[in-house]
Amino acid sequence: MSAINLIVNGHAYMVDVDPATPLLYVLSDDLHLRGPKFGCGLGQCGACTVLVQGHAIRSCVTQVGTMKGAEITTLEGLGSIDRPHPLQQAFIDEQATQCGFCLSGVILEATALVDANPDPSDSDIQQALSGVLCRCFVHTRMLRAIKRYAREKKA
Amino acid sequence: MTALSRREFLQAAGVLIVSYSSASLLEPLAFGQGLFDTHVSHVDPHQLDSWIAIAADGTVTAYTGKCELGQGMLTAQSQLVAEELSVPLARVRLIQCDTDLCPDQGTTSGSQSSPVNFNDRNLAQAAATAREALLGLAATKLGVPAADLAIADGTIMAKSDKTKRVTYGELVAGRKFNLPLSTTAKRKTAGEWKVLGTPAKRLDMAAMVTGQLEYVHNVYVPGMLHGRVVRPPRLGATLVDVDESSVSRIPGVVKVVVRKNFVGVVAERQWQAAQAAQQLKAQWSGGGNLPVQGEFYDRLRTMKPSRDAFVVNSKDVDEKFAQAASVIKATYLHPYQAHASLGASCAVADVRDGKATIWSPTQSVYPTRSGVAMLLGLPPESVRVIYTRGSGCYGLNAADAVSYDAALLSHAVGRPVRVQLTRQDEFISESYGYAYVIDQRIGVDHEGTIVAWDYEAWWPSLGFRPGYDKPGNVITGFLAGFEPERVTGQPAGEVTAFQNRINPAPSYVAGCVGGNCGGAGKVRSERVLEHNVPSPFFTGPLRAPNRVQNTFAHESFIDEAAAHVKADPVAYRLRHLREERLIEVVRQAAKAAGWDPRPSPKPTASGGSASGRGIACVAYSGNNGYVATVAEVEVDRGTGQVRVKRFVVAHDCGPISNPDGLKNQIEGGTLQGMSRALGEEVSWDDQNVTSVDWGTYHSLPLGFEVPAVETVLINRTGVPATGAGETAITVVAAAIGNAIFDATGARIREVPFTPERIKTALAATASQ
Repeated sequence: MSAINLIVNGHAYMVDVDPATPLLYVLSDDLHLRGPKFGCGLGQCGACTVLVQGHAIRSCVTQVGTMKGAEITTLEGLGSIDRPHPLQQAFIDEQATQCGFCLSGVILEATALVDANPDPSDSDIQQALSGVLCRCFVHTRMLRAIKRYAREKKA
Repeated sequence: MTALSRREFLQAAGVLIVSYSSASLLEPLAFGQGLFDTHVSHVDPHQLDSWIAIAADGTVTAYTGKCELGQGMLTAQSQLVAEELSVPLARVRLIQCDTDLCPDQGTTSGSQSSPVNFNDRNLAQAAATAREALLGLAATKLGVPAADLAIADGTIMAKSDKTKRVTYGELVAGRKFNLPLSTTAKRKTAGEWKVLGTPAKRLDMAAMVTGQLEYVHNVYVPGMLHGRVVRPPRLGATLVDVDESSVSRIPGVVKVVVRKNFVGVVAERQWQAAQAAQQLKAQWSGGGNLPVQGEFYDRLRTMKPSRDAFVVNSKDVDEKFAQAASVIKATYLHPYQAHASLGASCAVADVRDGKATIWSPTQSVYPTRSGVAMLLGLPPESVRVIYTRGSGCYGLNAADAVSYDAALLSHAVGRPVRVQLTRQDEFISESYGYAYVIDQRIGVDHEGTIVAWDYEAWWPSLGFRPGYDKPGNVITGFLAGFEPERVTGQPAGEVTAFQNRINPAPSYVAGCVGGNCGGAGKVRSERVLEHNVPSPFFTGPLRAPNRVQNTFAHESFIDEAAAHVKADPVAYRLRHLREERLIEVVRQAAKAAGWDPRPSPKPTASGGSASGRGIACVAYSGNNGYVATVAEVEVDRGTGQVRVKRFVVAHDCGPISNPDGLKNQIEGGTLQGMSRALGEEVSWDDQNVTSVDWGTYHSLPLGFEVPAVETVLINRTGVPATGAGETAITVVAAAIGNAIFDATGARIREVPFTPERIKTALAATASQ
């Protein structure tokens, strides 16, 4: 066990855990965050995605000890029910969800993409989301929401 | 207002009581059966108060035994209550699937409880009962006849004198109705709908997209520990010994739990539990010895015991085949497929002092309550199951099994335990969708019209939903010592009635039994024979169970017949169909797709890439929804890759509760069907299942070239609502397979349509 300082959604935390603990377990079990979820534990599906310095990473295969001092943003850190992030708003407008379990992967990967590349082509979006699964297959709506966000951001 | 006593309340509403057809309410019902497919429990389904409560501020609380699984049920049911009670949607609060609070409505399954399948029964009838009761109360209070009353936004007023008004909150003010559920309370018709029939936005959407919604994975109970399970390394292996010292050095380990062949670990922290489960040394014996996968389909034909049944048998098919101008035959193969929920299943249990509370993502809270009670040796009354959202399940994923896992582990340590399955745990021991082998023959006359259709199928099963008394039907209950349902032998007997619930009969046969013809088609020489045989793996309902497999075979084979007689696939279908609603969806899909009438395959264009279109249709469960889908594909002859460019889906589920929710279901079902058709197959070696993660079980990711999914919604308001969650997926494999045939002349008779299989079929076509 060792004391680790984390900055999550703008708040500073100190946790006393085995540094090899996956970041996801700390976010879920210690900080009680609901955004990142355990999908596969293998970094293959995207459900546990968080942003670290603007990059989307898989928190289920990231040791918490490597995150000291890093700025971490989870799905709930992006926006709130009252003030959703524009991409979250686009998902609401397009009703682009069924069970919602995949949303950390879809929304945070897409945010990272559009923030880095404001005018993504279809193949850019495909590339960015090639490691993200949605088993309800809400693909058409999600892609519409992502494109709407990119369009509105540019305008 | 002064508070009404229960007696006064009943008197005020007395006119309603006498208007009930009380005889039907008093008739003895079958044991455990309540009205409207409910089951009798401590929450009496015959009492209005079990369904609806109205607070002093006018808020309507509705209690339902059907849960939001991601399919939109929270919103659709809230719309339903808002509609019948004439209140704004925002004033309805839905309590879903808590065995302490809600009536027992069995299982929430896609075919039976999709958003539109709720209009006529249960909760809606309760809301209508409440509306009539409130009108009765208002009539008394305002001193005007009920016929002179109107309702708007939860306020009842006299039409003749708008100053005479009273709100629901004032009338009821949190007291109980103390009324039986009326079977005759008048439901609003689709023509009167103001809230139903509109594309109301999902009530849970904002919470989901901002990470605020509580899933079962987020449930936290003070003092909670973390559990993991250790499944046998070989299917069917039995436990010999567990070496607890192998995990004693891992900090935080609380206990290694063994119950017959069930093994789990409990630790203070999730990471500790995960490490302990991985490092625990356990000795197992036996198991494995699985049938060779490459020979499995052939083996199914000889598997014993076999439970055989005719769905229809005109007893003249061999004679008709002998007289036919020509006969075609083919065998269709469908693999086991996994539910493969995005999130591996999770549950939390708190078993202490002879009581158990389970937070569970199960589709079946009351049956899970019984199953947990059996596992723990508790009376069911001491168990509470609270439905808490999980990852989308699409049927019997490991939600029930993990609920049992959590119960067993919490019971063993006397503290609350959260169990997170790993992806591997769930892949190797979930209840797969059925494999199928289907042989078919069609005979045609000189005009090319089908004169006889023969279908014979073999499908393996082991276990099912646990129901109220079969916890051994899923892996945990079985490991803990309970027996699963196993196939028992039975020869096929005489058919007494045509019943096509799992769609073994093609839409083109007449389904004539005892002079009644219940099929959707015209072919009167018909034989449909099923063999249900034992499965080495647990099986259970996976979205459109059996229907997907059967429809793949039927709808591919009707296309083979059309090609055989050089007929257009749409026209050929219409020529053999009788059911008007099915005919209509076929016509609408073809029209919207701009279908070019001609036989398949398309006159060959040379080159590396070939394009084509295919259609498939079904009357889901015989009469529970109608769909036709046109698929347009491109096939790369060199690589065998299929790219679906466009789907056009025409859909009829009766009156539509929420058109946008329905579209979402159709789009998702169609693309899920595409993923299942193109890539999904459970594989195994001689020891165990080898589909253990997303590298070995192939789901289409978000980042592929997603086809357009266009929908044509047929809103039929004069008929009862049907299911809508499983119709669209049922036809997808056949529509794609037919489009591949149209493009290339190669017929793919085995799901999934992998590039290798397509190249093999292309090579076989080229050598013909």
